[in-house]
Amino acid sequence: MIGSPDVVAFTKDDDFGESYIDPCSLPEEFSVPLFPHANSNPWLKTSYAKFSKDFILISEFSEQVGPQPLLTIPDDSKVCGTFDLNYFSLRIMSVDYQASFVGHPPGTSYPKLNFVEDSKVVLGDSKEGAFAYVHHLTLYDLEARGFVRPFCMAYISADERKIMQQFQLLSSSFSQASECLKSGNRKAFATELEKKLRDLEYTRSVLHKETELQKTNSGCYSTQVIEKANELANVEKSIYEHKDLLRQITSYPNSKRRNSDQTQCEMKNEGETTSVDQTLSSNHSGDEDKPVETDSGSQHSSYTPQLIKAKSAKCFDKRLKTLEELCESGFFHQTMDQLNTIEKALRGDLCFIYTSQVYRALLRNQKITSFLFESEQDHEEEEGSSKNFYDPNHATRYASSEFSGEPVSLDSYTAYVERSQNKLVLEAVDRPPDSSTSDVTQETSDAEMKGSFSSDRSMEAFIHLSPGNPDVFLKTSTACSVTSSGEPGSVVSVAVAASRKQSSSPERDSDLDHVFETGNLVPMDTACCMGQDGFIFDEPLPEPVQKCYEDTVVKHEPLPLLQRDPAVQTDYILGESFLTVPSPSMGLMLPDGNPSPLSEEMVKLNMDDISDNVSYLSTSTSSDRAASPFTYGSPVTLKQKKKAGHSALRFIRHYPFAQQAIFCLLSGRTLVVLGADEGTVRKLVNALLIFVPNLGRYGESVQPWLSTSFQLSDLQRWKLIGLQRVGSPAGSSLLHSLSRYSRYIGILDCDNKTLRCPAYKGTLIGHMADHRTQIKRGSTYYLHVQSILTQLTAKAFLYTFCHHLHLPVSTDQDADAVVAGRTNFLLQLGYTEEESKIICFLSELIKQHYIQGPLKGGSQSYFSFSYISSYLYKI
Amino acid sequence: MLRWILGTRGPHGSAENRCAAVCIGEQQPKNIYTELQVLRGHFDIVRFLVQIDDFRFASAGDDGMLIVWNVELWDTDTGQRLCAVSNLQSSIKCVLVLDHLDVFLTGGSELCVWNKEFQLQCKTVHYRDSDITALVDLPKCCVAAAMDKEIVIFKLNLSEPETSIMAVCQLTDHQDTIRALIRVNDDLFASGSHIGEVILWDTLDWTIQAYERICWEEPDREGQSELKMGQQRQTDATIQHLYTDGERVVAAVGSGLFVYSTQMKRVMAYRKFAHDSDVLYTTLLHNGQVMSCSEDGSVRIWELQELPLPAEPASSGFFGLFSTIGKSSKQGSVPSKKLPEVSGLCSLELVGDLIGHSGAVQMFLSFGKRGVVTCSADHLLIVWKDGERESHLRSLALFLKMEEKGCL
Repeated sequence: MIGSPDVVAFTKDDDFGESYIDPCSLPEEFSVPLFPHANSNPWLKTSYAKFSKDFILISEFSEQVGPQPLLTIPDDSKVCGTFDLNYFSLRIMSVDYQASFVGHPPGTSYPKLNFVEDSKVVLGDSKEGAFAYVHHLTLYDLEARGFVRPFCMAYISADERKIMQQFQLLSSSFSQASECLKSGNRKAFATELEKKLRDLEYTRSVLHKETELQKTNSGCYSTQVIEKANELANVEKSIYEHKDLLRQITSYPNSKRRNSDQTQCEMKNEGETTSVDQTLSSNHSGDEDKPVETDSGSQHSSYTPQLIKAKSAKCFDKRLKTLEELCESGFFHQTMDQLNTIEKALRGDLCFIYTSQVYRALLRNQKITSFLFESEQDHEEEEGSSKNFYDPNHATRYASSEFSGEPVSLDSYTAYVERSQNKLVLEAVDRPPDSSTSDVTQETSDAEMKGSFSSDRSMEAFIHLSPGNPDVFLKTSTACSVTSSGEPGSVVSVAVAASRKQSSSPERDSDLDHVFETGNLVPMDTACCMGQDGFIFDEPLPEPVQKCYEDTVVKHEPLPLLQRDPAVQTDYILGESFLTVPSPSMGLMLPDGNPSPLSEEMVKLNMDDISDNVSYLSTSTSSDRAASPFTYGSPVTLKQKKKAGHSALRFIRHYPFAQQAIFCLLSGRTLVVLGADEGTVRKLVNALLIFVPNLGRYGESVQPWLSTSFQLSDLQRWKLIGLQRVGSPAGSSLLHSLSRYSRYIGILDCDNKTLRCPAYKGTLIGHMADHRTQIKRGSTYYLHVQSILTQLTAKAFLYTFCHHLHLPVSTDQDADAVVAGRTNFLLQLGYTEEESKIICFLSELIKQHYIQGPLKGGSQSYFSFSYISSYLYKI
Repeated sequence: MLRWILGTRGPHGSAENRCAAVCIGEQQPKNIYTELQVLRGHFDIVRFLVQIDDFRFASAGDDGMLIVWNVELWDTDTGQRLCAVSNLQSSIKCVLVLDHLDVFLTGGSELCVWNKEFQLQCKTVHYRDSDITALVDLPKCCVAAAMDKEIVIFKLNLSEPETSIMAVCQLTDHQDTIRALIRVNDDLFASGSHIGEVILWDTLDWTIQAYERICWEEPDREGQSELKMGQQRQTDATIQHLYTDGERVVAAVGSGLFVYSTQMKRVMAYRKFAHDSDVLYTTLLHNGQVMSCSEDGSVRIWELQELPLPAEPASSGFFGLFSTIGKSSKQGSVPSKKLPEVSGLCSLELVGDLIGHSGAVQMFLSFGKRGVVTCSADHLLIVWKDGERESHLRSLALFLKMEEKGCL
């Protein structure tokens, strides 16, 4: 069953592969990999796959139709392309080895719910060019066979290394999503059981009456009476069973919590569920004689119990619940939001993800200076999108759902996601990507391979990880990636079942939990994280700040079936519609015909991807925002800044005095861009945006277009102003203010192409704004600028926090000596007098930011300047 | 400078000498005020500033509000609005508090004496057409009140069971309305009039110690070229404001400045066109600099620089500008000033200007090294600070905070 290409892939780096070296072949570093699609981007691994980019697939192993795809994130047909979702669903659903047995275990006569762990599997399919992280989970459904519905969520990517190396992140974030889904499911299941119990009790009372009636009519031992009695006994038994199930499901969180860390979300739900349980028990415990009347005090009093037929409907006759129905829509939407977040966070090339993860980890340590040039939302953007739960729109939507209080509970939940993500990021980063293959790995994978299941085109190796052997995962993943690298056709799949049940010692288990603060992570050796620089552990991670994003992610209702089986679905509708009110989700929503804004967004993103393949770190979801270069009042994103880099590149090419203008901005002198045409002015402001220190989250330091005269206090607020040149008498006051405050500003006249500002003599800004620069791309230029600005920031940091530069070391040292030392220090750093001004300005900003805190640091309360002559520069 | 933007309307480098004389340009190495902070709070013209202590001051203006501020705080939101002063009675033009007598006097159409409980003790009869515009405290329970062209000396009698006040002397030497009246030191008080007369009076016997008549419209031919303008027009020579540090009297004369030495009893330095418009307030700074503010919205800082000793006494033409009339009045004798003693003669050199207000700068207060506060008709107050000092203070605060947080 193991396909030959797969075997070759696995054995390539073994002695079998290395034994023969072709003398004619070029050394590996010179060889050009044969690439099937010559005109596409060679760096984009997805190009040979049938889908355009990574996506998340949710599939179900339906007891009626078998494995079927339910939905994809992003929900856009273009993403999947010609990729066969049905086939892939079959593939991924066939690997669930989790013994999720629910039924009548031997020895007991009642059905027992098994609270099974999710299983996490990585598998690949060489034919499809797809690799997937597959997260299996089971949800409870009273109507389903054995009360369970197996589902799986899969992250599908064409880049296998991405899956392997981001496994931790995928694992933890999918576990969060899964927990959320399961919490909702338990709640829904409990509600369903409750309803069923009422039905049963109602049925029992009816049957009881009928039996009594028949007893009086036709004596005790007539066949009818006996039949009724049997029926009654069945109902009684059923009631007992259902009560037992209810007890089990409501007791879940308590037992669960003892074993592993549950998310806060879970904790909250527990409270709710227990309360449900209490109402239930109060309803059903004492007064069984009058079961019907117990509804009066219940919160679900609107529900009218129904008579239940003795024989249950055939399996294929009933309509199975949709995923949303299974999980309560609030939880379902939260899960979808989380999955969307995951999808967004993992967009792009692996290398890019790595870099940004390192970048974010480093940035987190620069809280003192990062406000200067870093756009803070670089990382918050993603985290922020996971905070969709706080979005007022969402809140209202949730409020309309049954349990309005619920989403709030995710507050700490998201914080938790972030924390665990942060750590995982480091894990992934710290690991050397090309470490040598260890013996352990080989043994393990070999051993597992023997017993592994394989389809005709691929195989899955299972490695059971126990806390006792924590290194295995790391090494295995590395090993696998090494083995298969450069072999696009290879198929490697490693299934990792992080089963906690195998944990040998509970103490160790809890220790690990403590370290990772997460319940569903694959345990890893704590030493390997602490042994590194440890820069993530040495200080508490930033508190998540609640931010409202107008994130308009379109949510599609989960389809019970894809449109490929319309007949079956209509069947369901016809069969069930008179029994239950059809949910709005029943309507067929064809992804193709759905003109959702999301798909437009996707197209745009694809365009961006082509134009600038660096990325999607921050994707503004509102299209108009993305279209305009810079809009005041909305957060300035990294993407906008990168686009600004393009304009900035043009600016430095076209204006020989760009250096002076940049000097103005860096030294804190407000630059006024004067012009008659709004577009030109805005464009220039946008170009210069990247040089403004302490730009502010929403670009508060910039006023892109002003048509009235400005005041002195405006100069205090804005460091870059786009000013309209007016010809009318109204313009004279404008010009008057310009001339009046000319000592505090630099004036860039776009119409006459002149600049009036102090002189700059130095080389530093020359590096930044060389008009003969070879840099072609805006984003590259932005990064180039950013690197120089980072250097400046570092120097400013040093300058600010060097004690002896500001305070006398000894008592005999007078103030002048300190000043001299300060000047000397800056000279030694290689800065000219003008450049020292930049450092001093940045230093003042840092001081203020440090003293007053980041909240007030945004707006400067004072405004400093210097009395130096300005010069007029012309092209 | 900005002519490329403004067309011909450039304040600098124009043919007008007047501007050439007072424009300094952007290079101002001696100007230490390299940081400013805008204080918002008033809704109308801010007219008065009163210093409370080393850090605090109060501002009052046409909006009837009194706001107390702290100059040392970096936070602009800390200005506390203490109280709103009710509509001022227009009849009262001036207030004089006599601490040692525990009374205060109000001047208007009549002079009233009040005790601390705001009870009227006594008042003078209204016997003039004009109101009392200024009051100054004199020794021996006397006060001097300026009434149009006269200064009336009142004597306060508190020893009797009933407090009384009566005029004891009238000084009628001014030829025009008296605009400013200040106490110079223990021995002298000064008054200035609408037509540029400045008279120094003895505080005890109320005799004239010195008399200066500033007549801009009589320029000397030998005067410096920069002062040659304004020949045609009758320049306003009103004494707008007088300020003294006990030795020197600074007078704001029209749009010019004038520094008088009380020891030498003569003009030390002057600048005929110090501002583009009337000078509203002047002061002597802690470092000997003269600061003036004007209706033109600017604040200027002047330094008294010793003039190089002229080779010939021809430069005594300087004095020709002032018709220094040795007016031998009753008892006083004005010392001769025709001597060529030029050692004390200085020039007022512009060392810096503070541009920020968009309306007339009404008044300012100096807090020494902590900076200067200006108030203006544009409803704003601006604190001007020494940037280097502030930077140093911030560094101190930074390290202090680090110490508190245990980072050091």
